[in-house]
Amino acid sequence: MSDVLSYDFMRIALAMAVLIGLTAPAIGTFIVQRKLSLLGDGIGHIALTGIGLGLLTGTSPILGALVVTVLGALAIELLRARSRSGGDVALALLFYGGLAGGALLTQAQSGGSSLQSYLFGSISSVTMGDLYVVAGLAVAVLAIVVVFGRDLFLLCQDEELARAAGLRVRFLSVLIAVTAAVTVVIAMRAVGLLLVGALMIIPVAAAQQLARGFRATMLTAMVIGVLSAVSGLLSSFQYDLQPGPSIVLLALAVFLAAVVAGAALRRRRAVVTRPGPGRAADGDPGAAVETAPGTTGGAAARARVEPEAEVLGG
Amino acid sequence: MTPSPFAMTGGRVRLDGREVLAGVDLSVGAGDVLALTGPNGSGKSTLVRALLGLLPLSGGRTEIYGRIPSRFRDWGRIGYVPQRLPMGGGVPATVREVVASGRTARQSRWRPASAADRAAVDHAIEAVGLTGRARDSAHLLSGGQQQRVLIARALAGEPDAIVMDEPNAGVDAGNQEALARTLGTLTGEGRTVLLVLHELGPLEPLITRTVRLEGGRIAAETRLRTAPRAAEQTAGSPA
Repeated sequence: MSDVLSYDFMRIALAMAVLIGLTAPAIGTFIVQRKLSLLGDGIGHIALTGIGLGLLTGTSPILGALVVTVLGALAIELLRARSRSGGDVALALLFYGGLAGGALLTQAQSGGSSLQSYLFGSISSVTMGDLYVVAGLAVAVLAIVVVFGRDLFLLCQDEELARAAGLRVRFLSVLIAVTAAVTVVIAMRAVGLLLVGALMIIPVAAAQQLARGFRATMLTAMVIGVLSAVSGLLSSFQYDLQPGPSIVLLALAVFLAAVVAGAALRRRRAVVTRPGPGRAADGDPGAAVETAPGTTGGAAARARVEPEAEVLGG
Repeated sequence: MTPSPFAMTGGRVRLDGREVLAGVDLSVGAGDVLALTGPNGSGKSTLVRALLGLLPLSGGRTEIYGRIPSRFRDWGRIGYVPQRLPMGGGVPATVREVVASGRTARQSRWRPASAADRAAVDHAIEAVGLTGRARDSAHLLSGGQQQRVLIARALAGEPDAIVMDEPNAGVDAGNQEALARTLGTLTGEGRTVLLVLHELGPLEPLITRTVRLEGGRIAAETRLRTAPRAAEQTAGSPA
């Protein structure tokens, strides 16, 4: 397997896989929390129109996709914010329009073969120039996650809480959608537009089986993302398979393993955190304060209330 | 004199074509512990959300510390405790992460959390007695504990005014009394508290004013006692 690195295109492809594995789950964590799991998928459909336009006008398909996906993301965010129930249908219309438009435009240009490579990815055709663009975009995405992470966390927890903290909710919502669009463009060459959403969601779904916190979920998802992207790429090279589907199936395998491991982990934690009624007081002065035994309820009922009630106070 | 934390004059709110608030005049003074009561659908939560600027008014005017909500900048002075722990798409968050998010309004985006930030978060978690659970997933805690996480979240921002929407809904008696103790500490520090409550319950001794809503209007208003430290609060400095 060490001879893999002797191929130029494989070195580029591996660097690309690492970038995708890092960025897609990072933004994906926010997207899952915001219940927009299919956003990446939808933006992927829209990107196809951009690629078609890029090919048709002879400019770079990546730049075409970047422009159109960012516009599409803005449109999605607008629809989402404006309509309470119709947004779902409006999004679907946008997605299908993007896919159909892209299919026609790419066919007008060059027949079906290049369409196939964008739908399912062809990482081996990536050039050094593409890699520079992708690396730049990846740095931008990660910088946004680092700088706006706190704000985005609050926004994705609850929009109303975010507003009550003085955050500019509309700006941040657009920021998430646009960042997701950029991530789609980063990942599309490798895993293909139809599978691009998978790397944003599956590693996160796996990580949330294992982690207890938001940050831990994100970091775990990024590790899973890099592992499945790199190993998927290597195995596709080894066994002459398409990289996109290999990467996604490996990520799914990790997810299944995480479900099993997570169930075991939770069972063990439940045993550890519930050592019985005499658990150590949380080292706070309120522990001594008891609930006034004024009301009814047997000793058993009170024992159930007390561990909760005792700790508040003073 | 410094402007009061919340002041609404002639406040009207329409939701889906129905007038939910039909002209409310309400001023919450500094140091007030005001309980908003009334039957279901009387507009209690709507009023609270309108006071915070979370719902637009269709008529009238509301101010937070003397500014209309869209012009208000000092959101660190306000702590909002919603009814339920928001779960969203189910990405877990630890108790500490949720509580720390209450400091967002006081933090700079360009700097990592300072020692003061961390101390405030630790202090808030300790105040609700969840220090031992700080690293656990918040959504795995009991309902009463989740309520305490949300209160700690508001406390972490060291607000001058705290707004709580039905903090006792679905919480057992022990936790209600625990909440009363926490609130006692807060009001002892001269903070303003606005509560939506179904019944006063164990919080009764702390409450200085009750306002009863019916059909989107104020139906009755009672002053139970003077605000504990209204006079000292006029400086408006955070604790």
